[in-house]
Formats: sequence, structure tokens, C-alpha cells
Amino acid sequence: MTTKLVVGLDGHESGGRALDHASKLARLIGACELLVVYVIEWSPYSFQTPEENAERHKRREEEISTAMERVVNPAVDSLTTAGLNARGLVRHGNVADTLNDISKAEGAEQIIVARTSDNSISKRIFGSSTANLVMEASVPVTVVG
Amino acid sequence: MKLINTGTLSTLAAAVLANSAVAQEAASLDEKVNAAFATATGPFVNLIFAPFPGTSFPWIVMWLVVAATVFTLYFGFVQFRFFSHAISLVKGDYSDPNDAGEVSHFQALATALSGTVGLGNIAGVAVAVGIGGPGATFWMILAGLLGMASKFTECTLGVKYRNEYEDGTVSGGPMYYISKGFSELGLPGGKILAVLFSIFCILGAFGGGNMFQANQAHAQIAGIVGDYPGWITGVIFAAVVFMVIVGGVKSIARVTEKVVPFMGILYVGAALVILLVNYDKIGWAFGQIFAGAFTGLGVAGGMVGALIQGFKRAAFSNEAGVGSAAIAHSAVRTKEPITEGFVSLLEPLIDTVVICTMTALVITISGQLMIDPETGRYILDGSSIATVDGNSGVALTSAAFGSSIGWFPYVLALAVVLFAFSTMISWSYYGLKAWTYLFGEGKTTELVFKLIFCVFVIIGAAASLGPVIDFSDAAIFSMAVVNIFGLYFLMKIVRKELASYSDRLASGEIRKFKH
Repeated sequence: MTTKLVVGLDGHESGGRALDHASKLARLIGACELLVVYVIEWSPYSFQTPEENAERHKRREEEISTAMERVVNPAVDSLTTAGLNARGLVRHGNVADTLNDISKAEGAEQIIVARTSDNSISKRIFGSSTANLVMEASVPVTVVG
Repeated sequence: MKLINTGTLSTLAAAVLANSAVAQEAASLDEKVNAAFATATGPFVNLIFAPFPGTSFPWIVMWLVVAATVFTLYFGFVQFRFFSHAISLVKGDYSDPNDAGEVSHFQALATALSGTVGLGNIAGVAVAVGIGGPGATFWMILAGLLGMASKFTECTLGVKYRNEYEDGTVSGGPMYYISKGFSELGLPGGKILAVLFSIFCILGAFGGGNMFQANQAHAQIAGIVGDYPGWITGVIFAAVVFMVIVGGVKSIARVTEKVVPFMGILYVGAALVILLVNYDKIGWAFGQIFAGAFTGLGVAGGMVGALIQGFKRAAFSNEAGVGSAAIAHSAVRTKEPITEGFVSLLEPLIDTVVICTMTALVITISGQLMIDPETGRYILDGSSIATVDGNSGVALTSAAFGSSIGWFPYVLALAVVLFAFSTMISWSYYGLKAWTYLFGEGKTTELVFKLIFCVFVIIGAAASLGPVIDFSDAAIFSMAVVNIFGLYFLMKIVRKELASYSDRLASGEIRKFKH
């Protein structure tokens, strides 16, 4: 049986460290599939103007293809070039919830994310996505420093 | 109708300003705009509000109420049967997680609400209660409950017959469902009706969606900083609107979209606090509402006067049957158009049954409406009820809230300005959709509409409330004439959708994603 690992990327440099760690684990495990996930922060309860609503579908497609091109595909390519089994996924939603939902749906053994260096005020108030993931995840989470 | 009273500060400021030649010139400019506007729109207003021969009952009010009643009966009280289902839909219980990132039911509802919740709830209710007495509230609630069925009908059709373009953007609304639906049913005249609706929608966007908002926003600001010429507010507002709709400055729109719901909650919260503090008077206030609904308690026109005011303001506030909401709701991403119909029926409930009733209760409890202590009937000043400071419109609501929470008029002024602004942004979109339906999509045609829209902001702020409110009502109600006429023919399509959806919901084919 193939072991599945979910790697959460946020488009920052630190994601590279998470990828490195995941590929190390994958080699140790052997039969392993890496699922590279990029979550676009989005809430179904946000407020938008009528014009934004009318263009939403178009924007969503653009957001997904941009994230695929810039973040997910290069990561998947580098993993497959290194001889690993990997595929990519882009989703909208709350980062922590979405990573957890995907892991459950895919039957993943572990989620690997990097610690962000973001020190904004919003992080102090609401906590970072990584911290939320650690608190809420129903599978083991590895945070790469 | 009386002009807005602007308080003592304004009298002081006006005295200072009156000495300057500039102010006199400006005032005469306001007067000129006002006179020209009243003359130009008079015949149109008279036609829409023509009473039934031999009565004082405007035919248009009957048109809206009869339609709402017909839809309520035709769909078997859909607003009550599917009420809890509508809540589940808004919560996202039935949303496919794979569609995350698309417009959610909640977002479509919130956007439509930010277009309707606004001055209708604050100023409109004060006008209704000021003329029709507290009894108008009863008829307003009734119209709101019935209007839920009208909203359901039009929003289902709005999603079903919207245009989806190759680039992924959507356009929907009555002009699309009337023209497509009629040709699907093999009925003639769909195109003509759609064009007619579009023309009225553009007028509505300039009237209720723009001038009325600018006018009342100016009245609020003038009430706080002192009287000054309306065109100044108009120019500033027009500039900000221009930046958003022409300049594409999304940050302003985004800030407004975030602050407006907060203001709405604050408004309802303040009303609740006032009601809680005066809990001993709530029973009495409801007594006034019920007694006034059937006897009029001495208001001009008696029971019919209260009824007309209540129905009129409810329609103006929640826009059920007008067709505007169908434009806003059509952007939602769903495989089942009827789900958006269910969601939209919450709109008149929140707007009219909850928020408008709050305003009416606060005004009634505040004692701003003068009652003859001997007879228990309201004292009349012309055709409206005499108020403590001679206030009407938004100033009456402000005084009512202010009598309990001293600083609230300042918050209310900010709320009015923001509500006015968000309503303008919403209506600029509704008007634009009608405009592009008529003249085709394209950068230049869109720009022409947006520029005219900005000019009307200035006219609206400069004109006085009377002609502006008459024109706003007339323009919005004329949309309802065409829209409801179309809905009568198309409602069988909605009934088919309703039957199919109910069956699949009962059989378990349509399931919740969240448990």
C-alpha cells in the first residue's frame, strides 16, 4: 500500500524546506505518494460587491491557474524529476481546515508544512495557519522550522 | 412633505453662510435644480401613483401586494415551508466543497442585502410612520412576509436564465429571464418587455438607487455640521463613486462592504438596547401598531392611509417584485437555480420584518410622534403626524434614537452615509447591467453610463426631498410593473423547478455535504 503525505505550501521560500523534508521522508518510506497542496485563503462568508460576484468564477479560475503555474507545478516537477511520486492540488478555503479535510479525504498519514516567518498583527490576534493546523488537525503534523 | 430639519447647529451655520454671496448663489443653484427636476418628472410620477378612480389608493401598491399574494398562494406558502432549508443553504450545508472559491449563497445574499438594507429602513420607515402612523408598521410587516414569495420567484428565474460568457463572467436579471423565458414558452413580446424593464431599471438606478441616497446622506451630514449647499456633498460623493465605479478603486468598495454589515448589526443592536431599556412600552407600542393598522388612530386617510404607507415603504425597502435582486442574486454558482430563490426569500424578512420593524418600534416608543392626551389620537400637521421637533424622514429616526442614546445620531449619520454609498454602488451595477443589455457590452458604453450616474449623485444631493422621493418611488415601481407582468407568465417554470427539487430533496438525492 502506498503511504500518502500531504505537503502544504504557501508560496514562500520556507515551503522549500517543507518539500525537502517531505522528499527525505518519502525516500525512507519507499512506496509513497506526495500530495503538494496550495490553499488560497478564501471565506464563503466574506462580503463582495455585485461586480466582484459577477466576475468571481473567472477570478477563481485565474487564481487556480496562477497558483498551479507558480507554486504547485514547479514543486511537483522537482519531486518527479528526483524520481518521487507526486501530484499537485489547489483549493480555496481556510488553510488549516482545507489541509485537514484533504488529508482525511485522501487518507494521508501526515501533513508537512513549514513554519512561516510572518510576524503581522493579524497573526498575533488570529494565530497563524500553521498554529491552527497543529491545533485542529486529525492526522499528525510536522512543522519544519 | 416637509424638508429635513437640520437642528440648531445648522441654523447657526446657515446664519453665517447667508451673509456670503457665494452661499446665496449656491442656494439659488439648488433651487433651480430642484424646480427643473420637479417639472421634468411630474407627469411620470403622477402616472405611476395614479389612484383607482374615486379612491386615494394608488394602483401600483395594489399591483405589488396582489402579486406577492398570488405568488404566496401559487407556491403554497414557500416562504414558510422552505424557511429552514433556506437557512441551511446559507450556512453552506449543501455546498460542494469542490466549488469552494465560487460565489457562495451567503455572499449572494449579503451582496443583495447591502443593496437593499439602507435608507429605506431608516428614512423610509420614518416617512411611513410619520404619515401613516405606527399602524403602517403592521402593513409593512405583512407586505414583507408576502414579498418573500415574489423575491423567491424572481431570483430563481434570475439564476436560471442568466447569461454565462466564455470568460466566466455572468449577467442576469429580469431583462434576461423575460426575453429568454418568453421565447422558450413561445410567447410574443418578451424582447419588448425586457427593453422596457431595462429603461425603467436605469431610471430606478438614477432615482432610488442614487438620488434618494445622495439626498438623504446630505441631509444627515448637514444635520451635524450645519446647513450648506447640497451640491457640495453631491460633488464629493460623486467623486468617490467615480473612483470606485470608473477608477476601479476596489479598496474603497471593499472597506464599505466590510463596514456596512457592521453598521447594520450596530443599528439593530442599538434598536434592541433601546427596546430592552423601554421594555415596559413594547406592549403599548405593539398595541399602537395593531390599533393603528385598522383604525388609523387619526392619521390622514385613516386605515387606508396607514396601509398605503406601509405597503409603499415595504416595497421600496425590500424591493420584492421590483427585479433588482434578481440581478444581484444571479451571480451565485449553483447547479440548482431554485436554491438561490430559497436564499433570496430571507431578504425581505431581514430587511423589512426585522430591521424596518425595529426602526418603527423605536420611533413609536420614543414619543416623537405627538399624541393628543385627551383623545389618544395623533395630532396632525398638514398630512403628516406632528413630531416633537418637526422632524421627518431620516431626521425623525435620528431624533428617536437620540432620545434614548444621546450620541447615537452621530453613529447613525455615519451609517446613513455608508448605507447610501453601498446602495449606490449596488445600483450602479444594476443600472449598468440594464444599460449594457440595451446598448451592448463595451468599455465606452459602460463609461457613458457611469458618468451619467455620477452626475445624478450631484443632482440628488442638491434637490429637496419631496421631488426626489416621488421620482425614486415612481422609477422603482415602474420596474415592478414590467417585472411582475413577466413573472405571471413565467411562474409555471418556477413551479416545475420547485416540484422537481422538492421530490429530489425528499428522496435523498439532494444531500447535505456537511453534517
